[in-house]
Amino acid sequence: MVNLTINGRQIKTEANTTVLEAARANNISIPTLCANEATAPYGACRLCLVEIKTARGRERLVTSCLYNVEEGLTVQTNTDRIRKIRKMLIELLLARCPDSDVIQKLAQEYGVGKSRFVEQSGTNKCILCANCSRTCEEVVGVSAISLSKRGTEREMTTPFGDDFSDVCIGCGSCSFSCPTGAITVEDKKGKRTITFPHNIVEFKLKKCSVCGQYWAPEKQIKYIAKTSGTPLTDYDKCPDCRD
Amino acid sequence: MVKIKSPAELGALKNSIMEKRQAEKPVITICNGTGCQAYGSKSVVAAFENEVKKQNLESKVDLKVIGCPGFCERGTLVVIKPKDIFYQRVLPKDVPEILSETIGKGNIVNRLLFTDRARNEKIVKEGDVPFYKSQMRLILGNNELIDPEKIDDYIAIGGYTALAKALQMTPETIIAEVKKSGLRGRGGAGFPTGNKWESTRNAHGDIKYIICNADEGDPGAFMDRSLVEGNPHSVLEGMIIGAYAIGGHEGYVYVRNEYPLAVKNMRLAIEQAEAYGLLGDNILGSGFSFHLQIRRGGGAFVCGESTALMASLEGKVGEPRAKYIHTSEQGLFGKPSNLNNVETWANVPLIINKGADWYSKIGTAGSKGTKIFALVGNITNTGLVEVPMGTTLRTIVFDIGGGIPKGRKFKAVQTGGPSGGMIPEKLLDLPVDFDELTKAGSMMGSGGMIVMDEKTCMVEMARYYTNFLMGESCGKCVPCREGLRQMKYILDSITEGRGKEGDIELLQDLAATMVDASLCQLGQSASNPVMSSIRYFRDEYEAHIKEHKCPAGVCKIAAAAAK
Repeated sequence: MVNLTINGRQIKTEANTTVLEAARANNISIPTLCANEATAPYGACRLCLVEIKTARGRERLVTSCLYNVEEGLTVQTNTDRIRKIRKMLIELLLARCPDSDVIQKLAQEYGVGKSRFVEQSGTNKCILCANCSRTCEEVVGVSAISLSKRGTEREMTTPFGDDFSDVCIGCGSCSFSCPTGAITVEDKKGKRTITFPHNIVEFKLKKCSVCGQYWAPEKQIKYIAKTSGTPLTDYDKCPDCRD
Repeated sequence: MVKIKSPAELGALKNSIMEKRQAEKPVITICNGTGCQAYGSKSVVAAFENEVKKQNLESKVDLKVIGCPGFCERGTLVVIKPKDIFYQRVLPKDVPEILSETIGKGNIVNRLLFTDRARNEKIVKEGDVPFYKSQMRLILGNNELIDPEKIDDYIAIGGYTALAKALQMTPETIIAEVKKSGLRGRGGAGFPTGNKWESTRNAHGDIKYIICNADEGDPGAFMDRSLVEGNPHSVLEGMIIGAYAIGGHEGYVYVRNEYPLAVKNMRLAIEQAEAYGLLGDNILGSGFSFHLQIRRGGGAFVCGESTALMASLEGKVGEPRAKYIHTSEQGLFGKPSNLNNVETWANVPLIINKGADWYSKIGTAGSKGTKIFALVGNITNTGLVEVPMGTTLRTIVFDIGGGIPKGRKFKAVQTGGPSGGMIPEKLLDLPVDFDELTKAGSMMGSGGMIVMDEKTCMVEMARYYTNFLMGESCGKCVPCREGLRQMKYILDSITEGRGKEGDIELLQDLAATMVDASLCQLGQSASNPVMSSIRYFRDEYEAHIKEHKCPAGVCKIAAAAAK
């Protein structure tokens, strides 16, 4: 066990936990956009920066989602300096995604009015946190989408930017993990449509042999059958109609 | 080739190489690095080869094709040893005359000599050329003595004797020696090399990787390229010594694919060192084994950052990670790793051979040894300059660099590459070392030095570098990617005459967040050009914003200002 102080509170926690995890377990809020408990920490949004002082007296700013707790650590999560940094980061994100209600809410919370920066196209809500592609790779095990290009050209996209992906199973985990709603999933008339920031991919849904409801993309069912080693016929009925 | 099985056999090999060479026989060295080849040095080499045959001079002269000696401005460079006659800007048509006159009759070809414009006199000997005179060419100087394709040339100048010596020392003594020498990483950050080696040696794990960063990406910087091209064995020797000291048996040279000659010469050097038993299993019969491979980079600037480089080595996208867990603990493939820059490795044999006491006498209190700078931009003598740490910018720019051409005035020098800072005239007497440059708002970086004259607009320069970094940022973290994007927008508008009151302050605010919040050093230092130009040339920003004027006359803002 490790003893540390966060915002003046004495905290005891397991070693090998991050400062962010320790704070959250103790109801201390640190804002994040790219942290996702299902995937490895990434450290891209930078909102979770905190000020620390180590037991040896070294003071610095660290990314709390990446920095592990240590004995005698003193953490401050909400100093003027931190708030100032977060404000600027939110202002930058607001310029990037002016239409995102998640970013707007953060802006309100941190007292950011209109961004002083040049606004990007209003329709794209993607902040490039890679929650979607990391979930797809690390949790689903598919890697259907990925970040491509670098610098300001960077975008989240399908292979070759096509409105088609051979490997995507249409599970929608990307949309579920997206913090800003930049990827949407819509099921309609036996078809699932996943709208990525730059591509739209469609999937045929499977009909339940009992109730007639469409319940999952056919490709996803094939993938589950394959990875679990169960016969495809097991999936003729939707979960609700199984015994 | 026969394997060398002991330090004594290495000494014997050296002697046998020397015996075969006649000290009095003239050797013509012709520079043929990448820069020289751009000047057409390959055709000069070919002309020499043909002409030597034609004039039947094979018994009278040897030809040696070397890497970059540094004085790129006057290439193709030809030096005739042992007299050290220095011919510059040599073209194929000059070759017959050099051979018939200088080699045949012992006459000097006057028109090919270097003219010292300050004194208006012709200079015959290489060592008397002002460009070389104020330098201390401990590392780069060897480029002139060897054909990089021939390991025997390197052995002839005492190559691999440091390795032989090191293998008879304990790893701890080697590390203590490197620590005592005060050698700091030449890649830019200036971390003490010995300390890095020690942490990697002490890290837990059986496998430890030794990595050479040859992914030089700064525009205008080419010292690492020239070292790998011109003297690859010095880098190899440093790496093998490092591997032995650290306890690593596998290593990688990560070199960018845009350096084909460097890749070729390094590959050749590895093959030759392996053939001699200086690399591979049971090196020099010591029982120590070290295997080295080359990995070529795809040309991303960010892959020069150590963690991005390792991600790239692993076959992943070259993106940096936070360094809370040190590379010495968990680096390449999660194993303890030691990564040093080309020039750092090349310094190691020197320290082992001459000793830490000797080495630490060169340089300043906090920065020891020499540093190679790539002197480019508005400068009379473009080239590579090696000076002791602590040499002033004035010496480098004026004494060695020959000052500013076209009779113009010096305005600033950008040190440390695109994310370095612009240093103004009033700081010309700054002794150049790691700490002084940082204090001045710039950095050592890998050693690029871009000189700017009075016709340079500092706002436009800041915009240029910001644009470069915007394209080369990996794009992972928000402050670097979005910060650079917005910084570029603001600088665009200022240089186009659309700047507003408050833009300077917004740039400063933005820069402060980029420094504090970026994930890696690229983002943390990306605002240096903007911040240093505001610090030293704020009046130029104000002239653009308030008067819609570009004092240097570079930015075309008349039309926008008229509106």
